[in-house]
Amino acid sequence: MKLRGKDMVGLRHITAQEIELILNTAEAMKGIINRQIKKVPTLRGRTVITVFYEASTRTRTSFELAAKYLSADTVGIAAATSSVSKGESLKDTARNIAAMGADVVVLRHPMAGAAELLASTLQASVINAGDGAHEHPSQGLLDLFTAREKKGRLEGLKVAIIGDIMHSRVARSDIWGYTRMGAEVRLAGPSTLIPRDIEKMGAIVCENIEDALAGADVVNVLRIQTERQQQGLFPSLREYSRMFCINRERLGLAAPDALLMHPGPMNRGIEISPDVADGLQSVITEQVTNGVAVRMALLYLLIGGGAR
Amino acid sequence: MKLIIKGGLVVDPVAGSATIKDILVVEGKIAETGANLSAGGAVVLDAAGRLVAPGLIDMHVHLREPGFEAKETVYTGTRAAARGGFTTVACMPNTNPVIDNAALIRSIINSARTGGLVQVCPVGAITRGSRGEELAEMGDMAEAGAAAFSDDGMPVSNAGLMRRAMQYAKMLDKALISHSEEKSLSAGGSMHEGYISTILGLKGISACAEEVMVARDILLAEETGCRVHIAHVSTAGSVRLLQEAKARGVRVSAEATPHHFTLTDEAVMGFDTNTKVNPPLRTGADLAAVRQGLADGTIDVIATDHAPHTAEEKDVEYERAPFGLVGLETAVGLVWTELVNTGVLTPLQAITCMTLNPARILGIPKGTLEPGADADITIIDPALAEVVDPAKFASKGRNTPFAGRMLKGLPWLTMISGRIVMRGGVLEEENQQQ
Amino acid sequence: MIKEKAQILDQEGIRRSLTRIAHEIIERNKGTDGLALVGIRRRGVPLAGRLAERIMDIEGHRVPVGILDITLYRDDLTTLAHQPLVRSTEISFQVEGKIVVLVDDVIYTGRTIRAALGALIDLGRPKAIQLAVLIDRGHRELPIRADYIGKNVPTAKKEEISVRLQEIDGEERVVILETPD
Repeated sequence: MKLRGKDMVGLRHITAQEIELILNTAEAMKGIINRQIKKVPTLRGRTVITVFYEASTRTRTSFELAAKYLSADTVGIAAATSSVSKGESLKDTARNIAAMGADVVVLRHPMAGAAELLASTLQASVINAGDGAHEHPSQGLLDLFTAREKKGRLEGLKVAIIGDIMHSRVARSDIWGYTRMGAEVRLAGPSTLIPRDIEKMGAIVCENIEDALAGADVVNVLRIQTERQQQGLFPSLREYSRMFCINRERLGLAAPDALLMHPGPMNRGIEISPDVADGLQSVITEQVTNGVAVRMALLYLLIGGGAR
Repeated sequence: MKLIIKGGLVVDPVAGSATIKDILVVEGKIAETGANLSAGGAVVLDAAGRLVAPGLIDMHVHLREPGFEAKETVYTGTRAAARGGFTTVACMPNTNPVIDNAALIRSIINSARTGGLVQVCPVGAITRGSRGEELAEMGDMAEAGAAAFSDDGMPVSNAGLMRRAMQYAKMLDKALISHSEEKSLSAGGSMHEGYISTILGLKGISACAEEVMVARDILLAEETGCRVHIAHVSTAGSVRLLQEAKARGVRVSAEATPHHFTLTDEAVMGFDTNTKVNPPLRTGADLAAVRQGLADGTIDVIATDHAPHTAEEKDVEYERAPFGLVGLETAVGLVWTELVNTGVLTPLQAITCMTLNPARILGIPKGTLEPGADADITIIDPALAEVVDPAKFASKGRNTPFAGRMLKGLPWLTMISGRIVMRGGVLEEENQQQ
Repeated sequence: MIKEKAQILDQEGIRRSLTRIAHEIIERNKGTDGLALVGIRRRGVPLAGRLAERIMDIEGHRVPVGILDITLYRDDLTTLAHQPLVRSTEISFQVEGKIVVLVDDVIYTGRTIRAALGALIDLGRPKAIQLAVLIDRGHRELPIRADYIGKNVPTAKKEEISVRLQEIDGEERVVILETPD
């Protein structure tokens, strides 16, 4: 079995069987990360280029490690956002990448649809490492992987996603992924940050945070960008924290063995309180490890052989 | 020079009739219409099986001159118009500089006279530089030939200023064309706000961003008595507001574009920047309301909002791409395929929306086949079918979301003041070169 | 059409071969001290399990058994028509200092074993690695040989050896298949 597409731009069009394949492959990959010699020769001679138009040390490092563990060569292009405004088009960047002979391009970009634009231009596989508020499939997959690993299943799980849903590509990828695997997704956050018609994606929009958390098996807390407050989307960080911060008391509404996740980086004391972030239910650091495994799986499945 | 158009179905919006008869054209004017006409020495043009209409008018076009000649010029834009079956276009003033004074109005008219192929009616700006701060010299512009006034694309957000503009335009007996958009509601958006914008992660433009302004301008029109024309109506709410206003007798008219009665926001799904247009493509319910509005006369005009851009400008991330798509060369095909062939509009209704109604709003003596009128005539072949191929466009703009779409019912001939400028989809000047 | 040419081993034959190999392993290594078995996915896995049981029967001592997945070490990934599934390697003991007996069903070109050696060595530094196979069909492309062989079967290249095991195939025999030219 193989992924159907040349690229991984989002989870919207990915089938349950494909998700299953990715997660199973990631399980094997995690075995490699956990051993002393964290390297297999699988992608020797292949080149992975990371192109980041937004700074994100964590995601970029995760992809680079994944590539290196599989013995691929990696090159990073730090395309500062300023070069976008200077008029260097994404298509021009794409042409340069094609000329360098990459097998996989990992793209992080502030605008929705950028990965699809690049994928349509390049013969190489494109992995979307986050495009605007559209999708962040590898993060969605690592969330699924972590939940499945800890809970033994995805079907029937109750997953609460809390915070700035509107600007969150993670929320969108999570909703597609979890609902496709038969989990229930509930959303809660300030009403100004709940995008229109999102319930049509198959998620449940909760009136209040308590309803979303009640009996949840997974609580995924989204990062709140302080600039959203400056944009007037909610009155103050203080009030946001008072109404939506996941603290011990609120986490207590979830199932006793609920998992606490956060895509990082965290604003401790704003969307998540430090005691729960570092508490027993937190799987936030494991998410980071699992991220490498999932990205290894994606790299293998996209370019690890087998005629297309 | 005499010419007889024989045997076509003559659609006459003034008479409100569609009958098979002949039209005699003498010296660039319509001399006579009737059955079995003959005239010594006249060239005969066989129009049997085709539909003969007054020359089509597109009252919402961006010719991009001056300032954006890479996108379009009067020369190329008017050729695109002729290919699309239009004999008159009204061009919007959001150029660089903005057409906000009499000298610029005259320069457009001159450009059109020297290099243009069809009649061009410039629309002047409402405010200086379309900055929404102070009134432009609308009186001077009217005298120089401005057909109407609009700050298209840069809507007048100050209600007090808009009210004064209406009072002033009423004195001049000119229509104000309202690009109805409340910028504080639409800011940063690049498509319709709804399920599709949510899953694509694109910031949306809600229906209210348009409707709030439609409502405001209807109320101001009611109070001032000015003729107000609502450009590119895209939402069901706007149609309802127009319906209520017309029932009250407000002097308001409105237009709809082919893309708004053909496509919905689902077309944005693949991030094709050719679907990025302002107002944005809306939902199926909005599309149905726009069609219904055209059918019941709530919406008076079909106009294209022809907005050419260069390939480089459009070949970028969706959010960075400029709004707008080209429409002149697909309009008739879409009207026929989507509205006439499907029974939404009769041919007479469709033609009225593209001739007489815009002529009245612009106050120009067009859209008629009365003897004595300029022989501006468009012949449409309802059986002619073709797949849209942007490479064939006369426009510099290739930014259409309709490439590859099969259209049936296409312009077959365009005549301006008795002179044939397009035949069989090809400009006559190109035919002669070959 | 692939057709069955001949049966090489039946249920009894397989059982006897494994018993003999178990004895040979014990004999060669003078007992079970420091011994471990690692089955190569897929059919090496049940074979390794059975060998461990035989050794238990004979010596009364249970040797650790692991599972090795060599997919990520294959040298033919780019040329395969279908992308192979990656599965987990499950070796819960330290290979460092052990005598590891790799177990597979058939040895042919030797490339699988080369990959397995690479995979195993990446897990640590065994004292020695030995190889046990049920069938050696010849046609080696690499300088690799088995230490314990159930049966040598001379074959033509167009033939295929099919080892059918109860745990995977629901039957117990070894056959030669022939693919017509």
